Amino acid sequence: METRFTRGKSAILERPLSRPKTEVSVSVFALLFSELAQYCQGRVYSVSELQARLAGLGQRVGVGLLDVLVLREKSGKRETKVLNMLLFIKVSVWRALFGKEADKLEQANDDDKTYYIIEKEPLVNTYISVPKENSTLNCAAFTGGIVEAILAHIGFPAKVTVHWHKGTTLMIKFDEAVIARDKALEGR
Amino acid sequence: MRSSSSSSSSSSVVLRRKTPCDGSDSDCDVDFEAHLNSELFTLTYGALVTQLCKDYENDEEVNKQLDKMQHSFNIIIYIINHCQISRGYNIGVRLIEDFLARSSIGRCQDFRETADVIAKVAFKMYLGVTPSVTNWSPAGDEFSLILENNPLVDFVELPDNHSTLIYSNLLCGVLRGALEMVQMAVDVRFAQDTLRGDNVTEIRMKFIKRIEENLPAGDE
Repeated sequence: METRFTRGKSAILERPLSRPKTEVSVSVFALLFSELAQYCQGRVYSVSELQARLAGLGQRVGVGLLDVLVLREKSGKRETKVLNMLLFIKVSVWRALFGKEADKLEQANDDDKTYYIIEKEPLVNTYISVPKENSTLNCAAFTGGIVEAILAHIGFPAKVTVHWHKGTTLMIKFDEAVIARDKALEGR
Repeated sequence: MRSSSSSSSSSSVVLRRKTPCDGSDSDCDVDFEAHLNSELFTLTYGALVTQLCKDYENDEEVNKQLDKMQHSFNIIIYIINHCQISRGYNIGVRLIEDFLARSSIGRCQDFRETADVIAKVAFKMYLGVTPSVTNWSPAGDEFSLILENNPLVDFVELPDNHSTLIYSNLLCGVLRGALEMVQMAVDVRFAQDTLRGDNVTEIRMKFIKRIEENLPAGDE
């Protein structure tokens, strides 16, 4: 695309990647997110489009976050098994984003490709209330986007959708190839 | 007791506190005192600005108009800068309620006190940084907030073709919106910005006038 150069200070590339010390309050993030959701809402015509937009924004965040987190939490070693990867998301990613772990991680009974991450009250929905006519809208689609981007870029492509179930549930459906690979790894 | 904050009636995604007050202590919503590491905040803000840039560059109608204009690209940046201000304004009018509820600060007597409260209390509470208040004008109606580090711009670089983008312009909107809700009309702008090569980030705030109660709020 466009060429870019660092204007004088290239210090930004030399900065250490440790956890930043500054802490912002929950309310300022929740307000920013609510504004983000309203901005997107002004430019779409349906609930599913709005969720798709929020997921897209979440993906940008996820891409930026992945390498830093793997570097910090795992000293650069990436997970190779599906279950470990999901635990990484449930514990490390959630803690880095929201300061606490996700509530539950479950596997679907009938489908080995599908897993669920469940949260009673997602942080991003703190300042969002949805009126009846749009009741399928769940702004945690943003978090779904983060998870989808992280999984895609770490080699576990999946589709992540968001549902209102036991609070908020992120349904993660891995591609066939991922599960097949995982089974092969176990067999070794 | 705190009640639900007001919402913009036109949009259907409403801003409202969901946790009811249980009356056990003066600060009801204990969860809202919690703090988050600033990474998610920084990244989310980056996603918002990127989306704004994409939307306004691809916007059919904007482009049609721009064909006729000479300095088209500057206009896009100008629009984005303004859009951030209005987004920030929306945030500010809600933030002020949260602020007044959580801090026990009463009405400020004068602009100097306002400046101190903004720098020492509000910025600390919300962004975890404390700017310094300097460069007062002789009339006492204008001052600067100097920020050594700005959590919005951690690890952010502006590419060449966006060199006039005021990345953190949202902050100006937030300050303007919040103060308008307490009957102060102010002008807020960035005088210096680390993203554009300056050493510090300097926000200049100028008091314009006190707003009378019977003017409709939020007319832009």
